[in-house]
Amino acid sequence: MLTKPIHTKIAYIVLLAAALLLPFFIPDRYMFQVVIMSIIFAISTSAMNLMTGFTGQLSLAHAGFFGIGAYGVANLTKAGISFWIALPISALIAAFVGLLLGLLTLRTKGPYFAIVTLCFGVILYITAGNWIEVTGGHNGIFGIPRPSPIPIPFIGAIEFWSQTAQWYLVLAFLLLTLFVLNRLVYSVFGLGMMACRNNDALAESVGINIFRTKLISFVLCNFIAAAAGGLYAATMGAVSPSAATYLLTFNFLIFMILGGMATLAGPVLGAFIIPIIMEALQFLGDYRLLFFGALLIAAIIYFPQGVYGGLRQLNQKVAAWRQS
Amino acid sequence: MLRVENLTKRFHGLVAVNDLSFEINEGEILAIIGPNGAGKSTVFNLITGTIWPTSGHVIIDNKDITGFKPHNITREGISRTFQTTSLFDQLRVIDNLMIGYRWRTKIGFWNTLFHTKTWKDQQVEAYLRAMETAEFVGLADKAESFVSTLSQEEQKRLAIGIGLVSKPRILLLDEPTGGLIHEETDRITGFIRRIREQGTTVCVIEHKMRMIMGLVDRIVVLNYGKKIAEGSPEVVKKDQAVIEAYLGGEADA
Repeated sequence: MLTKPIHTKIAYIVLLAAALLLPFFIPDRYMFQVVIMSIIFAISTSAMNLMTGFTGQLSLAHAGFFGIGAYGVANLTKAGISFWIALPISALIAAFVGLLLGLLTLRTKGPYFAIVTLCFGVILYITAGNWIEVTGGHNGIFGIPRPSPIPIPFIGAIEFWSQTAQWYLVLAFLLLTLFVLNRLVYSVFGLGMMACRNNDALAESVGINIFRTKLISFVLCNFIAAAAGGLYAATMGAVSPSAATYLLTFNFLIFMILGGMATLAGPVLGAFIIPIIMEALQFLGDYRLLFFGALLIAAIIYFPQGVYGGLRQLNQKVAAWRQS
Repeated sequence: MLRVENLTKRFHGLVAVNDLSFEINEGEILAIIGPNGAGKSTVFNLITGTIWPTSGHVIIDNKDITGFKPHNITREGISRTFQTTSLFDQLRVIDNLMIGYRWRTKIGFWNTLFHTKTWKDQQVEAYLRAMETAEFVGLADKAESFVSTLSQEEQKRLAIGIGLVSKPRILLLDEPTGGLIHEETDRITGFIRRIREQGTTVCVIEHKMRMIMGLVDRIVVLNYGKKIAEGSPEVVKKDQAVIEAYLGGEADA
C-alpha cells in the first residue's frame, strides 16, 4: 500500500551489500564472533518485537524460549541427529511450550502478563541450571556439532566450519525471519495484531478474536526465538544457562527499545549497534553499565522510537528536501 | 429483528438494568434515552457481550446470543460505537477501517504467510470496502492520515465508519454527537439518516432531545434501569412519566 521512496530502497540495498561483503573486511575472529552473535540476537529480538512491539504484550520469558531452542539443538545434534532436523524440532517444542503457556497466561494483560512470563522465564533458567541429565547443569553442554553440511550436486557441499560460512548461514535465517515478519505484519492480519495492542476493547467489538490473535503471535514469537537459540548452540558449539537467563531477555528488550519498537528494522539495528557500543566502552570496566543506563534513559526520553525512529525523522527531512 | 427479553444486570446490589424488554425492528431508527445513570450504555454493553446479564436474554432472529463473546456477537451482524470515541489512534484511517472489515474476510495466519490467492483477493476486497466506507464517512481524502490529525467530528465519523465497514445489520451508536457543536450535530444526524437509507438498522443512545425527535422512528425511555415509556417521539414527548423523569423541562426543549 505504501511504496517506499527511492533513497530508502537504496539504503536497504547498500545495507544488504555491506552484509554480504562483510566477511572480506572483518578485522579479526573476535569481531567476527561478535557480529555473528549480533545477527542471532537480531533474529531473537525481531521475534520479541512481534509479540511486544506489534501485538503489545510484553513477554519476559523470551530468553527461556531461546534457551529451549539452544538446549534442544545441543541435545539432538549430540545424539547424532542432523542439525537441519534438530532445529525445526527444537523450535516446534518451544512453540508447543509457548502454546501451553499462552493458553494459561494470555488471559492476563499488561503488567500482569509481563510478571507471569518473567516468572516462567526464571523457572526455565533455574531448570537449565539444575536438570543436569538434559542441560549439563551450570557447566552446560560442550562440543555441539556444527550444522551438518548441505550437499550440492557436482560442486560438493557447503560446510559450516568457517566463520564466513556461519555468517552467511545466520544472515540467511535473519533475512528469512524478516521476510516472514514483513508478510505477517504489513497485511490485514498484522493490523489485527496492532488492533490488540492499540485498543483491545474496540478490537474485540469489531470482531477480532484477541485471545487467538495474541496466542498466534506468542507461539510464532517463541518458535523464532528457539530457532535463534538453536543457531546460537550450533555456531558457538556450547550452551550454558546464560543462554536462558532473564538477563538475556532484558538485553533483547534493550535492543528492541533502543533500536525502535514496532518496526522491522529497529530490532536489527539495536542488536548490532548496542553490542558495538558496549565493546567500545570496554575501557570503562564495570562503569560502562552506569554510562549505558544513562544512555538508555536519555534515549527513551528523547528518542522514544529508538534509532530507527531517529533515522525515520532524518529520512522525512531527506524526502522533504528532495521535493523542494 | 433484535429482541431484548427481561434483561437484568446487578452490580453488587445496584440494579443497573431491571427487567428490560424491547425490540429493534428491521429498518428503523430506534433511540434509547434517559437521564444520566439510567443504564443506557449498560444495555449496549449487555447486547454486545462486553458484560453478561444477571438474567434475561438477547435474541437476534430467534437465535439466543446471550453470553456470547463480543467478537462473536459482531459476527452476528451487530456493530457498535463507544460513548467515548474509541479508535485505533496509533494507526491510519484506512487501517482502522480495514481492521473493522477483517472478520468478514478469511484472512488468517497461513494464507498471509504464503500470500495465497484467497489472501490477495480478500486483501484487495478489504481495501476497496475500506475506501468505500472512507468515502461514505467523508474521509476519503484523509485515508492515509493518522487518526491523531483528525478533528473531533472526523474522529466521531471514523468511529461510526469502523462500525459500518463490515456491513452490519444493526448499528448501535452510543452518543454519536456527544461533545459536538450544533452544526456538527446536524451533520452527524444527516449521516445517520443515510446509514438507514443504506439498509442498516440503527439504535442510538442520545441526550440531545431536539436531534432525537426529528430523527428517530421510536423511542425507549429508561430511568433507573427500567423502561418507563416506549413509542413514537410524539407519544413519548407527552408521556407524564417521561416528563417527570426529566423534571418537566427538557423533554420539549
